[in-house]
Amino acid sequence: MPFQRKDLLGIRDLEVHEIEHILELAFSLKEINSRTIKKVPTLRGKTVIHLFYEASTRTRTSFDIAAKRLSADTFSITASTSSLTKGETFLDTVKNLEAMKPDIFIIRHSASGTPHRIAQRTPVAVINAGDGMHEHPSQALLDMMTIRQFKGRLDGLNVLIVGDIAHSRVARSNIWGLTKMGSRVIACAPRTLLPPHLESLGVQVASRLEEAIPHADVIMVLRLQKERQEQKLLPSLREYAVQFGVNAQRLSHAKKDVLIMHPGPINRGVEISPDVADGPHAVILDQVTNGVAVRMALLYLLGQNQP
Amino acid sequence: MQQEGFASFLLRQARVLDPEHHRDETADILVSGGILKEITPHLNIRETGLSNIQEIDLKGKWVAPGFVDMHVHLREPGEEYKETIESGTRAAVAGGYVAVACMPNTHPVNDCAAVTRFILDRARERASCHVFPVAAITLGLQGNDLTQMGELREAGAVAVSDDGRPVMDSMTMRRAMEYSRTFNLLVISHAEDLSLAEKGVMNEGPTSTLLGLRGIPAAAEEVMIARDILLSQLTGAPVHIAHVSTEGSVSLIRNAKNLGIQVTAETAPQYFTLTDDALMEFNTVFKVNPPIRRLRDVEAIKRGLADGTLDAIATDHAPHSSLEKDTEFEYAANGVIGLESALPLALGLVREGILSPLETVAKLSRNPARILGIPLGSLETGKPAHLTVIDPEAAHVLDAETFQSKSRNCPFHGWKVQGQVLMTVVDGRIAFTRLNL
Repeated sequence: MPFQRKDLLGIRDLEVHEIEHILELAFSLKEINSRTIKKVPTLRGKTVIHLFYEASTRTRTSFDIAAKRLSADTFSITASTSSLTKGETFLDTVKNLEAMKPDIFIIRHSASGTPHRIAQRTPVAVINAGDGMHEHPSQALLDMMTIRQFKGRLDGLNVLIVGDIAHSRVARSNIWGLTKMGSRVIACAPRTLLPPHLESLGVQVASRLEEAIPHADVIMVLRLQKERQEQKLLPSLREYAVQFGVNAQRLSHAKKDVLIMHPGPINRGVEISPDVADGPHAVILDQVTNGVAVRMALLYLLGQNQP
Repeated sequence: MQQEGFASFLLRQARVLDPEHHRDETADILVSGGILKEITPHLNIRETGLSNIQEIDLKGKWVAPGFVDMHVHLREPGEEYKETIESGTRAAVAGGYVAVACMPNTHPVNDCAAVTRFILDRARERASCHVFPVAAITLGLQGNDLTQMGELREAGAVAVSDDGRPVMDSMTMRRAMEYSRTFNLLVISHAEDLSLAEKGVMNEGPTSTLLGLRGIPAAAEEVMIARDILLSQLTGAPVHIAHVSTEGSVSLIRNAKNLGIQVTAETAPQYFTLTDDALMEFNTVFKVNPPIRRLRDVEAIKRGLADGTLDAIATDHAPHSSLEKDTEFEYAANGVIGLESALPLALGLVREGILSPLETVAKLSRNPARILGIPLGSLETGKPAHLTVIDPEAAHVLDAETFQSKSRNCPFHGWKVQGQVLMTVVDGRIAFTRLNL
């Protein structure tokens, strides 16, 4: 039973064998992206709709490229963030689109759980492209693919996640995925940026980067939104950069083969210094490359499961 | 109240539960001409001198003073698509209630005598049970200027509350307590520190972290309860704490009562029945404020009910239509309906050994009536009959589709429960019955 789901909503629901299956498929599909003719007929005749209630450039482009390389027809709809201000509820929007007989919805929404609520109400396959502070499963899968590419494994690794974990769906999906696959996840951030009861997700908390960096096989640096300062979660971006910025000096205590990852977009000089972002340990652009392969795998699996 | 002729009826051999008179015994109850005539172990029909008495055999059933829900939202005026005074009180009598106290967050807000009088006029024309308006503490529920409480009292308001919103400014709350006391109007506190609750949409805890939803910490409720207890102590005015949901709140109220501070408190079935794990599927029917909490809070609420810290069981009946509920979780309105599901859930506490039948009845009738200062909640011969007849054992499935309420946001829909309201008598008239009479 490799993958029988109607939807891909989050990493938390996935079994280890399902994650394995997606990653293996992604590795085998990745080769298509290096061909001169980057297209296979796998999803010919399938219709994919991007339904984005929140701004996104790279995720939407990545999904769109993935779908087109599998020969699916793709359409993009950018909807207002709040259905209330728009006058049409999100379910009405979904039902209208559903009536046009698409095969897959790729949904991003600023409100946690919205892809789940849509998936419960439509026969169309739903891929969660990021919901609120909840999950971003394709990002975690591409992160796991990238770690496996460079480390050859996921089990037994120490993965340090640095930054705004409280507001991060990327962090949550990675925590679920990495702990399922046998990694140890350590979180480091000022306490105002850690969600309450983080330990209940199986994560260790380190208050200082200096304690955590020497043990890390992978350091995932999260984007720090400037609005966190306005929300008084931080005194200043400067203090954040000084106390929690990943820079060359701090990395001098890291393992020789440490990987530096970032889901993008990067705030150079805030959470990560330019020399680290562009340095030999960074695999940030490899993550982007793997993103297309992972999304091809997801579209392939859900497209195949469609009646 | 709708005018109809009075019937005479004799309730035979029910277990009569009247906490006011410490009565828990099998007896016959005679109601005639709207008046509760007699409560006696065995009544001989011929001795009554009445004809056309309907006899109702209630062996194994309970008769209690009519229930009083001190916390409902009837949505009229302004949101009649969710509920009206007519539909809300139909739901009330179906749930065993003979009276409800309705909160002021209508449109317009019940912050002036005209709105209070409108509610009472409408209730007189269309309501199935008594309606006691709770007026606002501040104009427009804005937390700034006190309402004209003297006039509101004269118009018929029984209490004041900014329910749905707290009075954030402590001095305003102090003045409200002092001023309302002048007119013997109870202050009901919606205890929530808005700055701590921020944009929270559920309880803050492991589940909110897991779901990526902003949490409302227990402390947001508790700091305000602590404040209002201290203000009650300062002003000597009684304060009633609405919808208590956390372990810490129970403990603060317990300590205050031990110190002799005039604080009373209510909770609601959702807070002794549900935990925030119910939100795992992002089902907005469970979205309510205060939010449903953790198991240890549920257990503390039960202990608070058992030891008398929590005086009353209210419902916080808050009807919403699909427009407010069938939306993204973050944007969905807070609130659950409760009038037609409260009794079986309260009886669950009896089955668990937390409350005796008499204590349960007290929290549904006598205690809320005493807190509001309304002449209900006890069985008084020679007075208008207000009765709730219960089958404590009847097993059934709660089906919101069959509810009298206009709204369907019942978190217990589909639950298998035990205990059902058989009949509700308001002013000596049968306002609701499931019996074939």
